[in-house]
Amino acid sequence: MAARKSKANTEAYLRMYRQMARIRAFEDNANQLYLSAKMPGLTHMYSGQEAVAVGICEALTSDDKITSTHRGHGHCVAKGAEFRQMFCELLGKAEGYCRGKGGSMHIADQANGNLGANAIVGGSMGIATGSALTAKRQGTGHVTVCFFGDGATAQGVWYEVMNMAALWKLPIIYACENNGYSEYTKTAEIAAGSLTARAEAFGIDSFTVDGQDVLAVNDLAQTLVARCRKGEGPFFVELETYRYHGHHVGDINRDYYRTKDEEADWKKHRDPIVNFGKWLIGQKIVTPDELVSMDNEVRADAEAAVQYALEAPYPDVREVDMHVFAEGA
Amino acid sequence: MREITLSRAVNEAIAEEMRRDPAIFLIGEDVAEAGTPFKVLSGLVEEFGTERIIDTPISEPGFMGMAVGAAMTGSRPIVDLMFGDFIFLVMDQLCNQAAKTHYMSGGKLKVPLVLRTNLGATRRSAAQHSQSLHALVAHIPGLKVALPSSAYEAKGLLKTAIRDDNPVVIFEDKLMYNDKAPVPEEEYLLPFGKAEILRQGKDVTLVGTSSMVQVCRKAADLLAADGISAEVIDPRTIVPLDEDTIVGSAKKTSRAIVVDEGHQNFGVTAEIAARIADKAFYYLDNPVQRMGAMDVPVPFSPALEDLTVPTPEQVAERARRLCRGEI
Repeated sequence: MAARKSKANTEAYLRMYRQMARIRAFEDNANQLYLSAKMPGLTHMYSGQEAVAVGICEALTSDDKITSTHRGHGHCVAKGAEFRQMFCELLGKAEGYCRGKGGSMHIADQANGNLGANAIVGGSMGIATGSALTAKRQGTGHVTVCFFGDGATAQGVWYEVMNMAALWKLPIIYACENNGYSEYTKTAEIAAGSLTARAEAFGIDSFTVDGQDVLAVNDLAQTLVARCRKGEGPFFVELETYRYHGHHVGDINRDYYRTKDEEADWKKHRDPIVNFGKWLIGQKIVTPDELVSMDNEVRADAEAAVQYALEAPYPDVREVDMHVFAEGA
Repeated sequence: MREITLSRAVNEAIAEEMRRDPAIFLIGEDVAEAGTPFKVLSGLVEEFGTERIIDTPISEPGFMGMAVGAAMTGSRPIVDLMFGDFIFLVMDQLCNQAAKTHYMSGGKLKVPLVLRTNLGATRRSAAQHSQSLHALVAHIPGLKVALPSSAYEAKGLLKTAIRDDNPVVIFEDKLMYNDKAPVPEEEYLLPFGKAEILRQGKDVTLVGTSSMVQVCRKAADLLAADGISAEVIDPRTIVPLDEDTIVGSAKKTSRAIVVDEGHQNFGVTAEIAARIADKAFYYLDNPVQRMGAMDVPVPFSPALEDLTVPTPEQVAERARRLCRGEI
């Protein structure tokens, strides 16, 4: 855990813990919805990577923008979304963030600056960079964070937009969540050289950080967001992390690409929520009982939201051809 | 009325709209000082500066994707894609991102952008600089597709496209950039989904798009000499498509030929012919005819290339055979 003794940030620490716990609770419930065949389709679990989304989004305002990925529930929660509308979206219900039209892989929450998850790996890199272009041109001071996985570093469009972001000094942070796996393949087997070196080749300041350490992530994010606002962007950050589940909820038998021992080791030693909880207790910022009660409260919230979403109505069939085109000009 | 080139008309449309709305910027390869290889944009950078006329590296997916994100966040980008053939490079950004964002977000996010590009063969540019690929994007829900056939339409449709809150792809015929037509000095916009009947007729309907509008008009002249009265319709936009005007004309003349420079298979001619067949079947004396570009990659040799695109003579001959009941 990053050395930070001050209690001045107690409120922020507790918010970060709570947000990480909310993501885990959301994902555990989403997984149960899948396993009990109550959720249409598939979903990709963010569990294990909570410190990345929370550490970064804690450094952003609601006017700052993010783009998200197919593994995007964590970003969505961390950027301020509510459980009810998220579960409704996962279940294809009318009250979902996208009125059930997007689903897990396309949740967008523009009121909180979330420009949307994206089901094309690397598909949001152009969008995020364009968002930063708007911020720069209009002088809004907003920063855009482009979340993507290590797998997306194999997409060519990233190199195109990084080049332009560097040329035009755009206020964007490319945040690569390196969980070690590109879908069902070890990234080490398909990525030559180093990821940071790729960004450095464009003259972009690049950083590697322990993505399981929410304070380390947040410290770095605060610094880079502030520098972006001063016109010193873009930046690249590689966050070393781990996904607890398979590529998606249906990826159960995965021994052929990853050992159970490896998974157990990360969960036992490097869980971002457990470790941050221990640190909070050690620093006497919170008592063990208080943490348990926060966990319970968050879990109860998630379960109530699931129940709400299960009972919520589907969209009216007349909505099927609504929103193909925006009306008016 | 004054006459200006199609190139000038496009330039004027962009300049007028950029003066009106500071959210508009233009982005693409060699758009600033170079003013594009066709010099369509010459002079714009002098007025609007490099902050709004933005030269990019040769990175079509990159700047197309950036335009999508910029449009989602309050900008109104005009993307210049140097050749229509390069649209294959931007397909993910255009069709998976721009086209679907409004729908996937349940109507919350909008992508008001214009992709300007071109079409048209017979410029001796071979297979990767000569294609007419508008049918590809017309297939994707969420994209509007405009096909101006003159300087007048190019200006009026582009201004409408820029003000539309949806992604619009506008294909200009690159062989027409220097063609002049009457264009009013005063401001005007042309609505989408409203076809223009360029010539009234009673024996056969010729529906032509973009470059094929002139071909149909010339064919109509040839037919008039034979005593055949052809009605010529220019849809102007294929998404949305003014089905009522096209079908109404086919019902009136009882015969229709659809002419488009895209490849014939699975193309614009197929779609429009099918709609005529669906809605005007009992009024038709003959099967609806389609004339698209040959289903071959565009060849370089002039001796071969000219065979691939419908000509006025071919259209007129098809119409004569139709009227004689031979088809």
